[in-house]
Amino acid sequence: MADTKVLLKFVEKLKAKNADWISNVTDSLGEVTVTVPRESIIDVCNFLKNKHDFNLLADLCGADRGPEEDPRFEVNYHLFSTKHHNRLRLKVLLSEDEPNVETVTSIWKTADWHERETYDLLGVVFDNHPDLRRILLPSDFDGHALRKDYPLRGYEPYSLS
Amino acid sequence: MGLENTLFESLPDVITAKLDAVVNWARKSSLWPATFGLACCAIEMMNTVSSRNDLSRFGAETFRASPRQADVMIVSGRVSRKMAPVLRRIYDQMPEPKWVISMGACATSGGVFDNYAIVQGVDKIVPVDVYVPGCPPRPEMLVHAIMMLQEKVMKESVRDRRDTYEEESRQSIVPGTLPVTEGTALEEFAKTQPTKPYTIPSRHEKRRSS
Repeated sequence: MADTKVLLKFVEKLKAKNADWISNVTDSLGEVTVTVPRESIIDVCNFLKNKHDFNLLADLCGADRGPEEDPRFEVNYHLFSTKHHNRLRLKVLLSEDEPNVETVTSIWKTADWHERETYDLLGVVFDNHPDLRRILLPSDFDGHALRKDYPLRGYEPYSLS
Repeated sequence: MGLENTLFESLPDVITAKLDAVVNWARKSSLWPATFGLACCAIEMMNTVSSRNDLSRFGAETFRASPRQADVMIVSGRVSRKMAPVLRRIYDQMPEPKWVISMGACATSGGVFDNYAIVQGVDKIVPVDVYVPGCPPRPEMLVHAIMMLQEKVMKESVRDRRDTYEEESRQSIVPGTLPVTEGTALEEFAKTQPTKPYTIPSRHEKRRSS
């Protein structure tokens, strides 16, 4: 099992900077996941990138926990540092009524298409995104295909069945 | 030497025949498919042309890269919803006479992919002449389909396959230019545009369906 001492040090630094930035920390299987409140994700990402060299956003993805869950959606930020070679995961939880989160394209340019994909498949809206539109599904598609309550055959008339 | 001498010795200088018979014989002897592989069926399609199965025995080995030079569209594989307008576009670009072979279970009925992403049967988009079952069909089955198509071609009339200019076909949407309707400045613009169908059926298609 990988040692997470180094990663937890970053969490301590986050806590020392602003305790409101962290709502939960999970240390499991050699990976550390920090759950961040929605309104502070920009500050946390800025802090980690500029002060602690997490200069690469390896992945940004969403997940639907199911329509019965609250909060229903989560957005995961997989950070990586090419300087000290550590990986850290940030997580933002979103409710179904307000699946909005601030975009991180101002911090990592690569977040652009990842956020478009998350919006396309799950319907998570990234506020202030420069060009938030569908990227994988056809532009006239109805609904968001990876939501757990999306019917397998799709909505009419696109089911074509 | 050879066939020519034998023919000219045994045949008169002038013979009469039905125009349909001559033209259809020429058409069926050089059915050129369009290079259009969609999924795993395309591997079998490529194998059909290879030396073991040798589709050139039936004059159909010349896969053309341009739909303008093709006669047969072999829909080899599942057609995704996003691919559907593109497939129809390629079909529209093929000049008459043109035929379609739906190869495999997925192209014919959606196959195992009974979901929102896959068109449930390519005959919802283009008129299909021969359906080939199988997942994927063996090359022999595709050869058989070509031979069945050749039989079908022989039964047609030249009048059935006219390349007609369709005024209304210009009204259909060009694939890739569908208006974006969510979250962009184009939304207002899209509302002002009249709704257009993906495609207009050609005269040949209308006659088939009626």
